[in-house]
Amino acid sequence: MDLNYSTEEVAFRDTVRSWLRDNLPDELRQKTVGYDDYTRDDLMRWHRLLARQGWIAPSWPEEWGGNGWNPVQRYIFEEECGYAGAPPLIPFGLAMCGPVLIRFGTPAQKSRFLPRIYHGEDFWCQGYSEPGSGSDLASLKTRAVRSGDHYVVNGQKTWTTLAHFADWIFCLVRTGDANDKKQEGISFLLIDMKTPGITVRPLKLMDGGREVNEVFFDDVKVPVENRVHDEGAGWTVAKYLLSHERMNTARIGTSRRELERLKEFAARQSSGGRPLIEDPRFRDRLTRLEVELTALSITNLRFLDQLRGGRTPGAEVSMLKIRGTEIQQMLTELMMQAAGPLAAPFEPLGDAADFDLFTAGLAPRYCNFRKTSIYAGSNEIQRNIIAKMGLGL
Amino acid sequence: MNFDYSEEQQLLAESVRRFVARDYAFENRKKILASPAGMSDEVWGTFAQMGLLALPLPADAGGFGGGAVDLMSVMEAIGEALVVEPFLATVGLGAQLVARAGTEEQKRNLLPAVAEGAAKLAFACTEPGSRYDLARIATRARRDGAGYFINGEKRVVLGGPWADRFVVSVRTAGGGTDAHGVSLLLVDANTPGIKRTDYVMLDGQRACDLRFDGARVPAGALLGHEGEALAAIESVVDFATALVCAEAVGAIRYANEATLEYLKTRKQFGVPIGSFQALQHRMVDMTITYEQARSMASLACTAVDGGGDAAERRRAVSAAKIKIADACRHVSQEAVQLHGGMGMTDELKVSHTFRRLTLIAQQFGDADHHLARYASAGHH
Repeated sequence: MDLNYSTEEVAFRDTVRSWLRDNLPDELRQKTVGYDDYTRDDLMRWHRLLARQGWIAPSWPEEWGGNGWNPVQRYIFEEECGYAGAPPLIPFGLAMCGPVLIRFGTPAQKSRFLPRIYHGEDFWCQGYSEPGSGSDLASLKTRAVRSGDHYVVNGQKTWTTLAHFADWIFCLVRTGDANDKKQEGISFLLIDMKTPGITVRPLKLMDGGREVNEVFFDDVKVPVENRVHDEGAGWTVAKYLLSHERMNTARIGTSRRELERLKEFAARQSSGGRPLIEDPRFRDRLTRLEVELTALSITNLRFLDQLRGGRTPGAEVSMLKIRGTEIQQMLTELMMQAAGPLAAPFEPLGDAADFDLFTAGLAPRYCNFRKTSIYAGSNEIQRNIIAKMGLGL
Repeated sequence: MNFDYSEEQQLLAESVRRFVARDYAFENRKKILASPAGMSDEVWGTFAQMGLLALPLPADAGGFGGGAVDLMSVMEAIGEALVVEPFLATVGLGAQLVARAGTEEQKRNLLPAVAEGAAKLAFACTEPGSRYDLARIATRARRDGAGYFINGEKRVVLGGPWADRFVVSVRTAGGGTDAHGVSLLLVDANTPGIKRTDYVMLDGQRACDLRFDGARVPAGALLGHEGEALAAIESVVDFATALVCAEAVGAIRYANEATLEYLKTRKQFGVPIGSFQALQHRMVDMTITYEQARSMASLACTAVDGGGDAAERRRAVSAAKIKIADACRHVSQEAVQLHGGMGMTDELKVSHTFRRLTLIAQQFGDADHHLARYASAGHH
């Protein structure tokens, strides 16, 4: 038993680390550590840098640009990016639509869409959730009616992350008749966001930021050739997409970086005549959090070690999601707590030259991170998955 | 990175598991507990035959030179079966102190007998009010001619009723919690001037209190250098802590398996209670706790084997014990709750696992103790 990376794994990590040191643009890193919003250009710039390096889609087949990294290498890469403060890689094209096309797409769909996803030419978003369909995804109502060589789509999607940046959206739509069982009669469509009849409306969240949207479809014409897999087979595609291997769900590297910042910040705040970090009550909360993160990083590596044999991950991903998001949330909560009264300011009125942006960003960040236990399958849904898949309940 | 056991470790794990399943089923354990001795010589003899007692002892003193990682699967099996024999007391504590602090002669004289199962040891360390502070020793050993006179009191000496020898932490100089002046003496259990009070603990294991009234031991009883034993004590207690972390993993696994089985078979309102989401989610959280505890036990065992610096070892062991202590409480309490009234009964093994987990949570320091120790080991 050896909890440390092997010599080869360390060498790989060092290669990634030094590349990041030389190639991660400082403006992007500053945005990450300043809790600033990324523009579409920021996200695509980072995407293209990695594409040029051949590191953007490691798990894809080699003919489409995959590089053959094993799960441990992919994990190391993702964690190093997180730790270095790189912008996130938006998963909708790379980790969702791409793998779906590779699995179910026609040759024409593959050669049309995959290279553009790979090179960061199209920005994708995900049309899954609807106002009445959250955790119960299969109850979706957006309808696509076949009319000659195209479908006519009517309905509404919601919580559509970064739809305001997107060129394309992949959607689950209802193509069957009303008597079908919920999971039947669903199809998977690729829709150009420039198609007439699509309206994107921002959903403002409590932190004031814009990342999610409502997307409305009014008689939107979608060519039949943009349907992936058979008509009515959308649920199969959806399940494949949701179960597609995502082992970076714990975000250990990002949480490590945030934990270090929390310690630095807490060392500069005062409590009862000493640095806050030496306050036993605060310190113990911090230690418990650090221990939980240490445990999760080892647990994550144990799961990866098991995957090297080629087994597909099951309930493990859900465990990592639950604990990983709980840790992320606790980090934002302790950071806000460390700021004390300075956490209250939110938005400057007028001249902002002397406004302390950093401390003012902590409470909104706490607000924003409440989403992590809700999105991508709420943590309660994850517990259902573990109960069913892992425990046989 | 590699989380697998080596081939040897796997073989050992399998044979221990087989033995425990065959000879240490819950009914057998009940008989052992009810016997006058409160332990089984036969089981002890089998441990010796299987090489478990020799495993972590130095190769030049009848052992195999193994470490905590080699013992992980053994400790897991012990935790799963709730073994009451003094494995931890003899091999994890007493023999380790001799191996790490003793002279070559002391090792050769004592450890082969431990490896063969002929000698049992116990570590007398805790005192009234000392809690988990290893340096807070009021028991004094006064040098007098060719030996020492010991005066003082020791509490909760694990495996003490069965021990042939006690390793006793004493103060030969200084006072309070001074690091300097702490010594270890190897004391024959029959030494005049020792009053022993034996008892059964909450988890069925046995321990004793010791009162020393001028008990006299020869100068050769000193392990290592006079006044310089604290570092060895601390490293051995860290070693033993890593072992109980692994033991906890085995006990937690049993508690989870038993609870899951109960959820699937116990019916109320015409359905298995495991179909209720409120209970499913609690079972899931117990499962996650198990995985996290297992990770931290691995960390503790590799850290005490690593030979890295002491601060790093302390941090790793304390981090593990914080997590393990929380995990012991979480899983034991939930296991009883999810078993309902049945979980409260002596009849069900899960209540015995509850008792052992309750004690492991506090053995060698509770979460609060290790939170403080983690911070003092250079946390920030």
